[in-house]
Amino acid sequence: MLTKRIIPCLDIKNGRTVKGVNFLDLRDAGDPVELAKIYAENGADELVFLDISATEEKRKTLANLVLKVAEKVNIPFTVGGGISSVEDVDILLQCGADKVSINSSAVKRPELINELSAKFGSQCVVVAIDAKQIDGEWIVHLVGGKVPTELNLFAWAKEVEKRGAGEILFTSMNNDGTKNGFANEALAKLSEELNIPIIASGGAGNMQHFADTFIEGKADAALAASVFHFKEIEIPELKEFLSDKDILVRR
Amino acid sequence: MKIVIINYGAGNIQSIKFAIQRLGFEAVLSNNVEEILQADKVIFPGVGEASSAMKMLKSTGLDQIIPQLKQPVLGICLGMQLMCKHSEEGDTKGLGIFNVEVKRFSNQVKVPQIGWNQITNLKSELFKGIKEEEFMYLVHSFYAEKCSEMIAETNYDLAYASALQKDNFYGVQFHPEKSSNAGEKILENFLKC
Repeated sequence: MLTKRIIPCLDIKNGRTVKGVNFLDLRDAGDPVELAKIYAENGADELVFLDISATEEKRKTLANLVLKVAEKVNIPFTVGGGISSVEDVDILLQCGADKVSINSSAVKRPELINELSAKFGSQCVVVAIDAKQIDGEWIVHLVGGKVPTELNLFAWAKEVEKRGAGEILFTSMNNDGTKNGFANEALAKLSEELNIPIIASGGAGNMQHFADTFIEGKADAALAASVFHFKEIEIPELKEFLSDKDILVRR
Repeated sequence: MKIVIINYGAGNIQSIKFAIQRLGFEAVLSNNVEEILQADKVIFPGVGEASSAMKMLKSTGLDQIIPQLKQPVLGICLGMQLMCKHSEEGDTKGLGIFNVEVKRFSNQVKVPQIGWNQITNLKSELFKGIKEEEFMYLVHSFYAEKCSEMIAETNYDLAYASALQKDNFYGVQFHPEKSSNAGEKILENFLKC
């Protein structure tokens, strides 16, 4: 049977990992390739690289990084951050990325989703949605949750699916950074209303949170950063924990 | 050993080249007929959509060449599906190497299937050293039906053929190049067969 996926997310700036990486056994904790290899060996099911650099050289640096990761890492990975055109995606896929994740660029120009899925197949198009619950309504936000849009999370998610997204990466801005668990109610609603896989993001603090998001949140995959980077949760233990709760994981 | 990865369009085929490199071999990407004919091993990858991929094969004449190859050929993902008789995706006539239909998963399950699933009922030298129920990485909306050429089976929506073999032709629905160490072992088995 298809298993639930555990996905560590690495923030990248100018080709290096940033913030919150505490791997004492790494020679160079800032090297995304070294870190990715360790995660792959520890049983991560996929990886996400989120490029947060804002330099002119960004595209070239990211393409180089993707090439190096693809060379060394034998599990799938997604690249996101500032991707806004078919050409951007073409380069990243040719360098060896398995999927790309788009966020603001899809809100600004939703046709981009259609263009990417038609050219490369929906399997490689992940649409990331950041949303915040305000007065009971989930509102899509941009720029890392800072700028509100007029879009409702569920309406936008449905449009994204219709336009050819292969997966949705939903980050709850209410939960992100709290370590109090994922936004399971909204996640479950997404899973019920849509027919593509949903990746839960934002709020992971302990192993029970992962179990909850897979059972209550009906998520297909769960993404987290700091709990893995700071070794608060080790992936082999997490998988054993989930497996004991009859949640199917790859071990 | 000369290994050619057929390059007939956009997408991620670097990963296969890199996986082969990690195994200590070199592969070239090519759509040159002579080069493909002379290869010891041919890998037929595939990403994207069936009917447009088939069009690209036809425009280079590769649709005629591939079924006649005598050396071991490994189709991966859409590559495997194109080696079948027919695909529901874009109502596409395939290369007909495997006598099987490719159909879409029902809406009872999430489509595409994305992630790690198990392969069982393993029946080929391709799976030497691979245990039953090993996990492989899959990303697909269409599947090959169970048939006499099936050498591995996977369950999603229903039981389907996740690997096929006929003579020198092998096809796998999963991505061995992305399926961790077990996937690399399957690639290595292919390169040594």
